[in-house]
Amino acid sequence: MTRVKILVPALLILTICSACRQDMHDQPRYKPQARNDFFPDMRSARLLIDGTVARGQLHEDSYFYTGKIGNNPGEVMPFSITHDVLERGQERYNIFCAPCHSRVGDGKGMIPSRGFSRMPPSYHIERLQKAPAGYYFDVITNGLGIMQGYSGQIPAKDRWAIIAYIRALQLSQKAGAADVPAGLNLPTALPKFEGDAPSGATLVTPAPPKKEEKKEGGVE
Amino acid sequence: MAQIFHRSLNLYTKASILVALVLGGAAFAGLMAFERSPYITNQGITKPQPVPFSHQHHVAGLGIDCRYCHASVETSAYANIPPTKTCFNCHSQIWTNAAMLEPVRESYRSGKSLVWSKLNDLPDYVYFNHSIHINKGVGCNTCHGPVDKMPLMYQANTLQMEWCLECHRNPEKFLRPRNQVFNMEYKQPTEELPVTVDNVAYTEQEALGKALTAKYHLRNVTDITSCSTCHR
Ligand code: HEC
Ligand code: HEC
Ligand code: HEC
Ligand code: HEC
Ligand code: HEC
Ligand code: HEC
Repeated sequence: MTRVKILVPALLILTICSACRQDMHDQPRYKPQARNDFFPDMRSARLLIDGTVARGQLHEDSYFYTGKIGNNPGEVMPFSITHDVLERGQERYNIFCAPCHSRVGDGKGMIPSRGFSRMPPSYHIERLQKAPAGYYFDVITNGLGIMQGYSGQIPAKDRWAIIAYIRALQLSQKAGAADVPAGLNLPTALPKFEGDAPSGATLVTPAPPKKEEKKEGGVE
Repeated sequence: MAQIFHRSLNLYTKASILVALVLGGAAFAGLMAFERSPYITNQGITKPQPVPFSHQHHVAGLGIDCRYCHASVETSAYANIPPTKTCFNCHSQIWTNAAMLEPVRESYRSGKSLVWSKLNDLPDYVYFNHSIHINKGVGCNTCHGPVDKMPLMYQANTLQMEWCLECHRNPEKFLRPRNQVFNMEYKQPTEELPVTVDNVAYTEQEALGKALTAKYHLRNVTDITSCSTCHR
């Protein structure tokens, strides 16, 4: 009986206590991007001191990280282009470039149409078709004119993959019916969107499967 | 000694035990409900932000992919909040005079970070990792709700342990193909709208979930429900 007398209130107190607990919730350590009042700029993540070379940032392969041989943009890819590289490039292009340059690269993306002082050029004009791969790398890395650089958002390897995909887009502009592999049909109708799907990243909900290959969604 | 209570009061004694039990139960249920209420969990509550950033506008209206801003979500535990520079990719050109965006411009000029309030905040004793969920096919909106319909961001679920476990006990109910993780319009397969993986069309979540469990090599349920997965 005495056991019960102690146990019942103890349990009651325990259930109440479940609401008053903060010390293990907010432990004295920093999570990423957390605020720190010690430093004037309030960042807990500190910038590297000038001249520091962190692990993995030696960047010995200078062509891979600059796209330049000496001072001139190079034409070669620093690694060979496989199907996987192209798919990666397509995915990254659609995330990072398509909002402005559009999915086909004609420069008529959604964002610039909302008030950029000038539209991006099409990748299919002669000057850009002839521009070497290293030039594209430099534009993505450092930006150009009113386009900002993307080195912070896109790792170097992905930047090269994007360039490979832009080359594929450029080739696609010259493709004719003869280039379609035997057995595949060109889609005749525009892809269907469910609801209000503008440009950019909102993918189509996979459509009912037909016999022919699906273009988007579903297939990995 | 004479009896204090008359025998006729026995009924009341019995009744009062019952009443005490009911009251106790109600109090307990109330406490449990309180524990799960937004007051404790912050579910559905918006917080003041330096700029009234609208996911609805940027995601559904403009079609920007989550990864354009939350660039580290696929590769790290932490999904980053974009730096001011990311806003400036576009806002160096768009709405350059809007008073609403003055804090962004001020931050860009001075190099001081914008101070966003954190909405989804697990206690520090819980280990959570975005990259594994993304790579095993758990969609952003499964956990964060209809982000593309949020003019202001809020925490869509309770983020309590029972909520995590509800999925960890049978993840196959929620899985989707990896390339649909960022698609806010994704719907689970039905007869009319099947989902195709590796050229097989699935019309039911159950079958799709099983296939994806095998394809993405999910561990067994005992593994991902053991305490040390999340409390390490
Ligand atoms: C926020 C919109 C925006 C995004 C996103 C964007 N660009 Fe641009 N881009 C522009 C604009 C605007 C120009 C025109 C710049 C000018 O003329 O000042 C441009 C120009 C270019 C040029 C042409 C340079 C020339 O010689 O005329 C290339 C190449 C290019 N972008 C590549 C890319 C790639 C690759 C990506 C994706 C990683 C990308 N851009 C993402 C807006 C954007
Ligand atoms: C244009 C940039 C941008 C895009 C695109 C974007 N976000 Fe965000 N996101 C932000 C910013 C800025 C914040 C911080 C402000 C806030 O909480 O509203 C944020 C906050 C969040 C938060 C809450 C973080 C917290 O404090 O707990 C979630 C969840 C989130 N985003 C999910 C998404 C998802 C899912 C997508 C894709 C559908 C997406 N975001 C697309 C910029 C973006
Ligand atoms: C990829 C381009 C892009 C990026 C990145 C971007 N925005 Fe925007 N944002 C826009 C466009 C375009 C508009 C105007 C839309 C219109 O005119 O309909 C806009 C509008 C806004 C508005 C006012 C309109 C509204 O109703 O919400 C705010 C506030 C805003 N952005 C904040 C931000 C912040 C903060 C960031 C950085 C986290 C950011 N944006 C990043 C393209 C962008
Ligand atoms: C399995 C559920 C789940 C999925 C899927 C998920 N998140 Fe989260 N997200 C969380 C939780 C839980 C937190 C709070 C983490 C913390 O406080 O440590 C969070 C926090 C965030 C934050 C705030 C920063 C951080 O990491 O704490 C952002 C931004 C975010 N999520 C974006 C996304 C985006 C974008 C996606 C889709 C690619 C996504 N999340 C998918 C559960 C999820
Ligand atoms: C909608 C489903 C879902 C929800 C909700 C969910 N998870 Fe998961 N979680 C998964 C799946 C699927 C995996 C991958 C399991 C595997 O690899 O076998 C996973 C794996 C994990 C892992 C393992 C990471 C590792 O490296 O071992 C952790 C930790 C984790 N989840 C924490 C959480 C926490 C904490 C929450 C709640 C805030 C949560 N999860 C909510 C589906 C979910
Ligand atoms: C899928 C991830 C996951 C697993 C597995 C898990 N937990 Fe938790 N646990 C959480 C989360 C998330 C919270 C924070 C809940 C909250 O914020 O209220 C939590 C909170 C707790 C708390 C504190 C509760 C409170 O209200 O203070 C305890 C105690 C706990 N867990 C014990 C366990 C034990 C014991 C196990 C193994 C049987 C376990 N957990 C397994 C995710 C997990």
